[in-house]
Amino acid sequence: MSIVPISYYLVLSAVLFGFGIIAFVVKRNIITIFMAIELMLNAVNLAFVAFARAHNQLDGLVFVFFVIVVAAAESAVGLAIIITVYQNRQTLNLERINLLKF
Amino acid sequence: MFLLMTTLAYLSWFERKVIAHIQSRWGPYYVGAHGLLQPLADGVKFLFKEDLTPPGADRFVYILAPMLALTLAMTTVALIPFGPPSVQWLGQSTLIVADSSIGLMFVFAITSIGVYGVALAGWSSNSKYPLLGGLRSSAQMISYEVSLTLAVVGVVLLTGTLNFNEMIAHQSGAFWHWNIFYVGRGSFPQIIGFLCYFMAAVAETNRAPFDLPEGETELVGGFHTEYSSFKFAMFFMAEYANMITVSCLATILFFGGWLSPFPESWTFMRYVPPVGLLALAVYLAYDTVVLARGVARIQLIVVTIGALVIGLACLHPVALAVIQGPFWFLLKVGLIMFFYVWTRATLPRLRYDQLMSFGWKFLLPVSLANLVITALVKVWPLLVNHG
Amino acid sequence: MTLPFIVFFVCAFLAVIGALTLILAREPIHSALSLILVMVSLAVLYLLLGAEFIAAVQIIVYAGAIMVLFVFVIMLLNAGVEERTDYSKLAKYAGLPLGMFLLLALAHWMAHSLIGQQIANGVGGTNASVSTRELSAQLFQKYLFPFEATSILILIAILGALVLAKKDE
Repeated sequence: MSIVPISYYLVLSAVLFGFGIIAFVVKRNIITIFMAIELMLNAVNLAFVAFARAHNQLDGLVFVFFVIVVAAAESAVGLAIIITVYQNRQTLNLERINLLKF
Repeated sequence: MFLLMTTLAYLSWFERKVIAHIQSRWGPYYVGAHGLLQPLADGVKFLFKEDLTPPGADRFVYILAPMLALTLAMTTVALIPFGPPSVQWLGQSTLIVADSSIGLMFVFAITSIGVYGVALAGWSSNSKYPLLGGLRSSAQMISYEVSLTLAVVGVVLLTGTLNFNEMIAHQSGAFWHWNIFYVGRGSFPQIIGFLCYFMAAVAETNRAPFDLPEGETELVGGFHTEYSSFKFAMFFMAEYANMITVSCLATILFFGGWLSPFPESWTFMRYVPPVGLLALAVYLAYDTVVLARGVARIQLIVVTIGALVIGLACLHPVALAVIQGPFWFLLKVGLIMFFYVWTRATLPRLRYDQLMSFGWKFLLPVSLANLVITALVKVWPLLVNHG
Repeated sequence: MTLPFIVFFVCAFLAVIGALTLILAREPIHSALSLILVMVSLAVLYLLLGAEFIAAVQIIVYAGAIMVLFVFVIMLLNAGVEERTDYSKLAKYAGLPLGMFLLLALAHWMAHSLIGQQIANGVGGTNASVSTRELSAQLFQKYLFPFEATSILILIAILGALVLAKKDE
């Protein structure tokens, strides 16, 4: 149990998650939206670690480990997809990429 | 901190001196005695150069990049142990600033962030050549980071800990107990590991023969083309600081850190540091009297007296105990730095595609193989007993 | 105001500033840098919570590799300033307030949750840091199958990225 109450960490995690959602909704550049997803994942990681400390169990930390690994894999593939989309549409503005077939 | 920065400046002297000896160049001989004043001349030159910012550059990132590079390069010094934890010095009981239980991982964490210094420098200069140089350089750094980490995991397997002091304690004895040589029960000498580590480290710090991104004859100047005066000096210092960090890491992991190569029972070997320093003082005195004149003479007198004083002070028992660890540590670090500079002076530069294929197709499989063999050797007794 | 509190508030402040800059920045590179700031401050918070290995992994993998990939892509594609045309009215006028509402609701709920009350009342464990040894024991014994599955996942991701990034000859 840490000196700083766990609920503080949870509030911060919620705030960051909320900011991630706002960024996801408001921004139009695909890369920025993707970064908002990473922000949300980070916020969730913080919640996991906080709970792991609260219950004094390690399972939360193992989860964080897997989330980081999966986020790495997902961002690699996602960015490759973004590069391909850019090469086909020459724009990164999400609102111009609204046709399924070119 | 001040000590570190002066060391960095003198490193450039060291490097040029060695290169000059190897390549028979003139410069470092004549400015001051033995070129010792060269770094001061360089420093003054850097301070007086005009400080430009390229037009259209992203100012915030442009200023951030060199500061980031230098700060990170210096932070790792906090994690390096210079001596055994049982030594009393100036009231504190250890010669390491931050003895964390996962010290090794933090050093790698700091190196990973160092990539940004280069990439952002290339981007923010708003011109073609730095951008290309920055991209290439950061791609090179992240590629070799993998092999660097894998080469080190072999050592972690052997010592079973990520803490630096425990790693060094595991290698205590005499020099045949060091991780690079140790052939014992469940232990595989890490020679391949060291070679992989060294090659990956040279590439990671953007040094020859892997310094295409900043080579003077390629791509103008690489990622630091558009930087002048102090910011350029910061990149320069960051590069040397990275070299020091990597060499310190190599001594701790493979060469036994601050341990002396002689067995502990040979107590008379504890006098090697003061004897060495006094010998250095004698050599410098000879130089002062016989060779130099003018400014060089004054400078040499200062250094001679310094070496003499420290050498004599070390004969005092307390100082003797304190100087043991750092002396051997710095000696080993110096040797590895010498190898660094040696490779720069002798080997030709690798082309970028050769560089990348070397990293991924040769170094990575070899580091992996080293790791697998080390792991097999370590668990072999368990496998044999079980079967 | 003991040191842990100060560190927590500084890091929380930096993280929130980073998240705000992510939303408000005009250039994607600034958003990327602010996300790196968020990740580094979160790593310090993990240290404060005693998870040193996770903090190191966060910096090495997340801030040091994934974000480098983002920065590379931004530089390669020369992603410029966010355009101000074709603004979706729905996103701006409905999304933003709803997002803020979600944020505040989550924060309020977390602060007054059961676990928050429990911790405030002193239910919980020790203050020790988690050692890498314990963590790896869990990882390789209880969670061995997910570990191996993620390694296959990474292999698939590498292959996918290679295939996607290859130019069509």
